[in-house]
Amino acid sequence: MNPVATRRALSPRQRWLAYLVIAALLLALPFAVDALLGRAWVRIIDVALLFILLALGLNIVVGYAGLLDLGYIAFFAVGAYSYALLASPQFGIHGSFLLLLPLGALVAGVFGIVLGAPTLRLRGDYLAIVTLGFGEIIRIFLNNLNRPVNITNGPQGITLIDPLQFGGIALNQSYSVGGLTIAPVHGYYFVFLACALLAIIISLRLEDSRIGRAWVAIREDEVAASAMGINTRNIKLLAFAMGATFGGISGGLFASFQGFISPESFTLLDSIMVLCMVVLGGMGNVGGVVLGAILLTALPEALRYVGQLQQAWFGAVYIDPSDLRMLLFGLALVLMMLFRPAGLWPSSTRRREFAIEDEAGDEERANA
Amino acid sequence: MLEVRGLKVAYGGINAVKGIDLDVKRGELVTLIGANGAGKTSTLKALTGLHKPISGHIYYNNNEITAQPPFRLVRQGIALVPEGRGVFARLTVEENIAMGAYSRVDREQIAADQDRVYALFPRLAERRRQLAGTLSGGEQQMLAIGRALMSRPQLLLLDEPSMGLAPLMVHKIFETIRAIAAEGVTLLLVEQNARLALEVCHRGYVMESGTITLADSATALLSNPQVRQAYLGE
Repeated sequence: MNPVATRRALSPRQRWLAYLVIAALLLALPFAVDALLGRAWVRIIDVALLFILLALGLNIVVGYAGLLDLGYIAFFAVGAYSYALLASPQFGIHGSFLLLLPLGALVAGVFGIVLGAPTLRLRGDYLAIVTLGFGEIIRIFLNNLNRPVNITNGPQGITLIDPLQFGGIALNQSYSVGGLTIAPVHGYYFVFLACALLAIIISLRLEDSRIGRAWVAIREDEVAASAMGINTRNIKLLAFAMGATFGGISGGLFASFQGFISPESFTLLDSIMVLCMVVLGGMGNVGGVVLGAILLTALPEALRYVGQLQQAWFGAVYIDPSDLRMLLFGLALVLMMLFRPAGLWPSSTRRREFAIEDEAGDEERANA
Repeated sequence: MLEVRGLKVAYGGINAVKGIDLDVKRGELVTLIGANGAGKTSTLKALTGLHKPISGHIYYNNNEITAQPPFRLVRQGIALVPEGRGVFARLTVEENIAMGAYSRVDREQIAADQDRVYALFPRLAERRRQLAGTLSGGEQQMLAIGRALMSRPQLLLLDEPSMGLAPLMVHKIFETIRAIAAEGVTLLLVEQNARLALEVCHRGYVMESGTITLADSATALLSNPQVRQAYLGE
């Protein structure tokens, strides 16, 4: 295909040059955005990076293994609470993030298996319903685990969560390095970027691996997959666990970034949002999923300017921008699905799937 | 090679297989014939670990394999060509074949076996890069068989390979089945097309509503008046 061909056409030296340019751009991005659009947009980029991590995790479950999960945000919640409970005044414990992030990933992974094990025989709609229920159970638990023993502090959530700390440098403070102000959003940007890049690399490697092929086989035909000698049970559990791990890391980072979490951050709508990122971007394709995560994080924010536009064009704000925002957002989703049904940047197999369906449709039409 | 004793399979209270005995010796070509719903596919599902039997024993090379998961059985040399072919529709022919070798790690041997499959089915070689879903029914059946061969089975179980195929294609498929058997693979063939199956195989079992009613050599079954009336349409 094209991208491969162009990649081959580049000499090693050109490729390194390209990497260097990309790296320089990524390094300069938060400062450029800060100067041009304001600090709020740097924060949005940070959130987008977290969502990239989440969407890539869900992509393992939905995109690779074909298991529709509507409760994915639960793993994000588990990761966030694992970090928050052990790095806040809640219990007076202040663990290091170097320990807590892997721990959160581990706990989330275990929850992934807890969800996966009883649902091994379910597929499609049925699996979706069970996972949806699971997501709600986790949220409701977090909401109610303040009695009889207060663990999660219930709906009030957990406050004063420790920021990420490298030696003596806490990321929730501003630093000045050679005239450059490094605000918290800048510091977190680099941490999140590193994690997102790592997630991208892991996803790409998984896609090409034996495990990745097994996931594809299960997605296509589970009975045939097991007849190929694939241990479908373990491979499916692995998809749940790995997906959950990404969610858990992302959750821990989110907790440290926000400094405050409550069950309200982990609703069904958030699960659906992450799923939209995966589906709209291009299920099963890492590039597409990254694109979906960035677009769907940035779009609702960009639509906040609708109020200012109204003011400029009509001299008054007629429709409350916050109402209009979700309306336009919904409309944008519908349009995207109409014009790019396989996603904005689909994986090759997804593209083929739609090609086959088109052919079948053409034949039917010809026969009719 | 394969011994089945008192096998019972049920789906939620409905008994599909009601205690059957069945033997397949090494190098043999055995068929299991019967009408729709006689329990043939259920038997195969139990043999390959896809469905747990409620009682009975299955021995393979003198080891009990009852209720072992499919992936273990594949590693021991039992391969299944599932009913309705079950090719990976959105993967190419090449990718399907490669998937068949999932349980193996010996790369050079795999490449050699790949060439053997393409030699057996030149049609597949021509369509290497085509999506399996766009192949004709017969080609998909070839692909399903070729893919199963990639696991280097000692015992190959075929579930209704003639289903939904044009007569010419059915003959082609049965020719290949013979060729595979000639290479020393033991075969258990489940078929509704009784005549063809009995013509190819050494021995046959006739299955009726979950029990085996007749077991004999293929030639004897072909001339058995009961079989002729019920399954050969005479």
